[in-house]
Amino acid sequence: MEERPASTLSALEYDPAPESAGLARLREGYGLFIGGAFVEAADGATFETINPATEEPLARVAQAGEADVAAAVAAARRAYDKVWRKTTGAQRSKYLFRIARLIQERSRELAVLESLDNGKPIRESRDIDVPLAAAHFFYYAGWADKLEHAGFGPDPRPLGVAGQIIPWNFPLLMAAWKLAPALAAGNTCVLKPAETTPLSALVLAEILQQAELPDGVVNVVTGDGSTGAALVASPVDKVAFTGSTEVGKVIQRRLAGRPTRLTLELGGKGANIVFDDAPLDEVVEGIVDGIFFNQGHVCCAGSRLLVQESVAEDVLHRLRRRVDQLRVGDPLDKNTDVGAINSAAQLEKIRELTAWGEREGATRYTSPCALPERGYWFAPTVFTDVAQTHRIAREEVFGPVLSVLTFRTPEEAVAKANNTTYGLACGVWSEKGSRTLWVAERLRAGVVWANTYNRFDPASPFGGVRESGFGREGGRHGLEAYLDV
Amino acid sequence: MVEVSPAPLRLVVDDERALRPRPGASVPVVESEAQLRSLLRGLAGVDAVGAEARAAKLATRSLKRETKRAAIDLALSMVDLTTLEGADTPGRVASLCAKARRPDPEEPDTPAVAAVCVYPDLVATARAHLVGSGVRVASVATAFPSGRASRAVKLLDVADAVAAGADEVDMVLDRGAFLSGRLGEVFDEVVAVREACGPAHLKVILEVGELVTYDNVRRASWLAMLAGADFIKTSTGKVAVSATLPTALVMLEAVRDFAESTGRLVGVKAAGGIRTTKEALRYLVVVNETAGSAWLDPALFRFGASSLVNDLLLQRRKQRSGAYARPDRVSVD
Repeated sequence: MEERPASTLSALEYDPAPESAGLARLREGYGLFIGGAFVEAADGATFETINPATEEPLARVAQAGEADVAAAVAAARRAYDKVWRKTTGAQRSKYLFRIARLIQERSRELAVLESLDNGKPIRESRDIDVPLAAAHFFYYAGWADKLEHAGFGPDPRPLGVAGQIIPWNFPLLMAAWKLAPALAAGNTCVLKPAETTPLSALVLAEILQQAELPDGVVNVVTGDGSTGAALVASPVDKVAFTGSTEVGKVIQRRLAGRPTRLTLELGGKGANIVFDDAPLDEVVEGIVDGIFFNQGHVCCAGSRLLVQESVAEDVLHRLRRRVDQLRVGDPLDKNTDVGAINSAAQLEKIRELTAWGEREGATRYTSPCALPERGYWFAPTVFTDVAQTHRIAREEVFGPVLSVLTFRTPEEAVAKANNTTYGLACGVWSEKGSRTLWVAERLRAGVVWANTYNRFDPASPFGGVRESGFGREGGRHGLEAYLDV
Repeated sequence: MVEVSPAPLRLVVDDERALRPRPGASVPVVESEAQLRSLLRGLAGVDAVGAEARAAKLATRSLKRETKRAAIDLALSMVDLTTLEGADTPGRVASLCAKARRPDPEEPDTPAVAAVCVYPDLVATARAHLVGSGVRVASVATAFPSGRASRAVKLLDVADAVAAGADEVDMVLDRGAFLSGRLGEVFDEVVAVREACGPAHLKVILEVGELVTYDNVRRASWLAMLAGADFIKTSTGKVAVSATLPTALVMLEAVRDFAESTGRLVGVKAAGGIRTTKEALRYLVVVNETAGSAWLDPALFRFGASSLVNDLLLQRRKQRSGAYARPDRVSVD
């Protein structure tokens, strides 16, 4: 009898499938983008941005001081008075369409650069961040010549110069969320990217040059918190900030008594509510997308899982099996599910809060995955036996850490979900539409997802209530933040 | 005729990553239609958007180098090389059997496929040409593909195939009865066919293209497994919609959950419309990350296909030589 070749595979251990880092076309140094040109900081100061997956330096970037911020705001003011306020909606629309197409053309470069600078897996930067950034420009390109139909009066006017401060978790996407509606509405902008992730915004500035956007309409000033503070203190007509609740409060205090408009998109402690009739396999995917997407560095993350007691054991069994499968490692590997924590400081914060979780009596489960030796890493972690009083149930961890609580009735689920100072996002999982609507009506959150989590679309408004901020980004509502209404 | 005993199904897996049945796991005894109905209705629903999103996400996995080489060989060893045409002849089946044994004569280390799948009247021919090869003979039966015949005729069809030497029988689920809610009738029929199969393995074709919803696919999967199926199979390949990645995902979730709650491992066969290596590898990824590594075995996962083999062979050569061979380097059937 012929011997039949045995199959050679006991498990598919995927070989490395890395995207080439060379695609990012990294340069040694990056300048500030002011008045349509890349310039050094006035005092020549620079700072280093590193790859959080390796701790290796990526590039040196100009550190904007007060003089640079003043120059950027002046350039934006000039561009607003002389050029941009006189453009027609159709002309602005043309620029926005161009920018969107150029983002698509340079999508691979942007995706690799984003993963290098931020630590997020290439699968996410390639399939989510970059396409969504382009989609935002496409979406608002469509609004630019239709503002009178947006429901804000017959002839809505722009505000003027907008100072926009964005976080490090979705550097390019947040730049798109800020710039696209502001430009469509006819404002000029000074954008301040986060200190740890300045690079993609500077490549976006290159794209604006390619699109021949008039000089000064968008300016990019890189630097640390002092740059942001200088921007808030400068004579802008509008400040838009995405980041921590702590900094958001500081900005609100600074702007008190000034005519400057403000929108804030701050932290969250989103509840993912799972009822016993929910589609359990998809629930597990939703929980994973809710808290392990982008290493949990998501303001609307579903960081609290509220699961009905009768299915808690089943859901946790499935969740644990799925968490074990998450592939943690090289962000440039196409098969990586969870990448690197963005910075040493953030890693420290996550460690501190998880230590508190154990100290306060919650039960910790950590994925047994191997972590690279260098770089900032935190294995996916699930806490059970969590009480409403625990710090991990109340404070935003902003990392791959899930707190699991249980409930017995819809009323209890709503009470627990709302028992937070935040109000950004929640998820409801049930096959019963009437119950989903009953719960959604009672949740105090800007966004409620039904049978899904962390889905974004430029046509859908996003934003919070209470300590998660105010103002909306995306959709028709997103225009309001940049119009004088 | 020399009897070849089919390779035993692997019921106990010593892989440490393999799934472990819950303590006290056993297959529930179905005693009434009402009990069966409440059992199937008690299964968690499937959210179509979520299931499709999950399948699409898994489809972005990138298999490179050694993984790709091993996966191509594994996929080859999982193929049920199939011909189910009215125009089939003993000569064509003989040629298919030769291909099944040695898919690529110029590359002698190419694994043989799992089985040759034919209509019952050609089972004896296939049997004769596969003697000693380890390649199994599979036969469709029960008035394939529509299943529109009386129970007696279906059982005769099965008995005929088994008598002619079929190691595996691919039956069609009675979709008409399933969709009209006559679950007991469907269940009884699978049980009867299971008995008629004797030592042959039973694959139950759900015909997912006619069940349409993922909830139906999940319930039909459980019904077939409870009735004794060794394999659940997506499609006949004779209707417009055959195997899709999300459907396979739902079926793999079903066999995984069934194994956990009963201790019995049931295989999955994706059939119809899978023509390229790229698609086949996507299925293997879904197998790997849904049911787990225990199912990465021809005893528990199969592809029902014909043209897929040639693409696997061409890709296999590409992996070895670095260059694409002309399609004429492999035989057309």
